Amino acid sequence: MKTIWITLLSVCLYLPGWLQAALTIEITQGVEGAVPIAVVPFHAANHHQPQPQDVAGIIAADLARSGRFAPVPEQNLIARPVETSQVRFQDWRTLGVENLVIGSVETVADNEYRIQFRLFDVLRGRQITGYSMPAKSGQLRYVAHRISDIIYEQLTGEPGAFATHIAYVISESKNGKKEYQLQLADSDGYNPKTLLTSQQPLMSPSWSPDGRQLAYVSFEKKGRAAIFVQAIHTGKRQELVSFEGINGAPSWSPDGRSMALTLSRDGNPEIYSLRLSDKKLKRLTSGAAIDTEPVWSPDGKSIVFTSDRGGSPQLYRMPAQGGRAQRITFEGNYNASADFSSDGKSLTLVHGEGGRYQIAVLDLDSSLLRVLSEGRLDESPSFAPNGSMIIYATETGHRGVLAAVSSDGRFHQQFSLREGNVREPVWSPFVGRK
Amino acid sequence: MKFIQTVVVVLSIVWLAACSSTGDKKTGDAAVVEDRSSEAGIDAAAADATASAVGGYSDLTIESLTDPSSPVSQRVIYFEFDSSEVAEQDREFVMAHAAILAANPNLKVSIEGHGDERGSREYNIGLGEKRAQSVRRMMEFQGVLASQMTTVSYGEEKAAVEGHDESAWSMNRRVELVYVAY
Repeated sequence: MKTIWITLLSVCLYLPGWLQAALTIEITQGVEGAVPIAVVPFHAANHHQPQPQDVAGIIAADLARSGRFAPVPEQNLIARPVETSQVRFQDWRTLGVENLVIGSVETVADNEYRIQFRLFDVLRGRQITGYSMPAKSGQLRYVAHRISDIIYEQLTGEPGAFATHIAYVISESKNGKKEYQLQLADSDGYNPKTLLTSQQPLMSPSWSPDGRQLAYVSFEKKGRAAIFVQAIHTGKRQELVSFEGINGAPSWSPDGRSMALTLSRDGNPEIYSLRLSDKKLKRLTSGAAIDTEPVWSPDGKSIVFTSDRGGSPQLYRMPAQGGRAQRITFEGNYNASADFSSDGKSLTLVHGEGGRYQIAVLDLDSSLLRVLSEGRLDESPSFAPNGSMIIYATETGHRGVLAAVSSDGRFHQQFSLREGNVREPVWSPFVGRK
Repeated sequence: MKFIQTVVVVLSIVWLAACSSTGDKKTGDAAVVEDRSSEAGIDAAAADATASAVGGYSDLTIESLTDPSSPVSQRVIYFEFDSSEVAEQDREFVMAHAAILAANPNLKVSIEGHGDERGSREYNIGLGEKRAQSVRRMMEFQGVLASQMTTVSYGEEKAAVEGHDESAWSMNRRVELVYVAY
C-alpha cells in the first residue's frame, strides 16, 4: 500500500509545469490492485528546443488518477524504446509490467507537431493499438488526454474521461472585497480559464448536454438572484429567469430542451421545468416543504430532488412531468445534492450523519449507500461522464478545495489551489464524441 | 394583572369542576376541564401582550431605525439549525420593525435570508428563503404591504462570520432586514 502511494506521488512530482498550473493535484491515497503500466517518455524528434509538454508524463498522471493503473516511476524504467523493434517484452515482464506505452513527439513545422504512440500487451508480446495525431503546441495537453482515453478504453473496456473539463466557482478576498469567479479547467485541473468575474456570489454551475454552455446562478443584480446561460467559447450570456426570491439549482434535461430549476415565485421553494424554446414554465412540486436541487435521470424520464417534506432533507424521485414523488434515501438525517451516473444506475450525494457531511454513492437497485469521502463538510459531488470518478468540494486548512474519488472509493486525490476557496465542481459531459 | 388572571382561571376550574360533579359524568371529563381553563389562560395572556405591544410601538418612527438606543437599530434575526421559525423572543423585534413599515408605506425593505455552511448550497438557499418568508409573513400580518417587501436568499454564500464551528454557524443562520428607501 505504502509503496504504491509513494509511486503515485513520484509520478506527479516529475511532471514539468507543475508549478505553473493554478490547480495542481496531490494524490492522498493509493490503491491496492492497480495495474502496473510503463509509460516511456516520448521521444523528441526533430526538436530544436525541449518539448512544450511532457506528453508521457500527462498520460501517466491521468492513468494514475483513475485509480485503475499504477504507472512505473520514470527512474525505474529499464529501457526507453522508441520503435516497436526496440521493445524487449521479456525485460518488461521481469519488471512486472502488464502494459507498455511508447511514443514520439515530432516537430513537423513551427508550432506543429505529430504525436505517435503505441500501446503494448507485455504478457502476450504484441501491440494493442497505435495512433498518429497532429497537434499545435496549445493542443498538446489535450492530445495527451485523448491518448489516455484511448489507453483507458482499450484496457478497461470503458470510455476514458480525461479529455473533458470541470467547471467550478472560486471566491477570493481582494483588498477586503469578495470576488467570485466561474472557472473552467481541464479534468486534471490544468489550463484554468475564468468565464465570469463578479463582486456578488456565483453558484450552481450546470453543463448543457452538448458541453457548449453553462447555466449558473448569479446575484449580480442587486438583491436578486438570476439564472444565466453562457456559451463557453463565445462568452455570450443570456439571462434566463429572475423572479423575486429563489432562482436556483438549474439542471439541463438530457435532450437539452428544458431546464429544471427552483423558484419561490409562488411563495415556497418549488421545482419547475422551463422549456427553453419559449420559456414556458411548468411547476412540478407543491407543498410547504423546501423542494430543490432537481437532476434529470439520463433517460429524461424522472427527476431526483432534495426535499425536507419528511422532516429532514432527503432525496425523492418523481416523473419528469411532475407527479407522485417517492423517497429514495433512508439512511442518515441528511441526504441532498444528487447527481446521476451516466448509466442512471446510481447517484452520488451529500450524506449527513452525526454532524459530518460526506460524499456517498447510492445504488438505485439495491438502495445500498456507500460513503466515499472522509471530510467533515464535503459537498457538491459530480460524476465524471464515464462514471469512473466523482469530483467534489472539501475543506483543508479552512480553505475550500476540490477533491476526487474513484467511484469504488478506492482512490482519493486532492486538487489544491494557490489561493481562494474553490467549490461546486461540475464535470463536463463528453464533448464531440458519439 | 397576572394575579387576577390566575384567580379567574382557578375560579373557572372550580366552577367547571362543580358543574361536572353535579352531573352523571365520567372521570375522563377532567381532561376537558383542564383544556378549557388553559385556553382561557392563553387568550388572556395574548390580549395582554397585544395591549402592551401597541403601547410599545407607538413611539417608534423612521428615525428610530438609526437611533442606536432603539432596539430597531438592530437588523438581524437569528435561527436554529435547519429551522425557519422566528423564535419566541424575536417576535417583538420583528413586530417593532413591522410597525414602522406599516406606518410608513413608502418605506421598503429587502428581507435577506442566510444559512450556515453545513450541507448543500442550494438547500441552504431554500432554507434562507423560508426564513425570509417567515419574517415576511409576520410583517404582512402586522399590516405591512406586500409591495413594501422583497425577499432574497443568499444561503451560505454571504457568511456574517467566517468559521467552521457553532459559534460562527449560529451567527450565520439569520435574516437581515435591509431598508431600501427611507
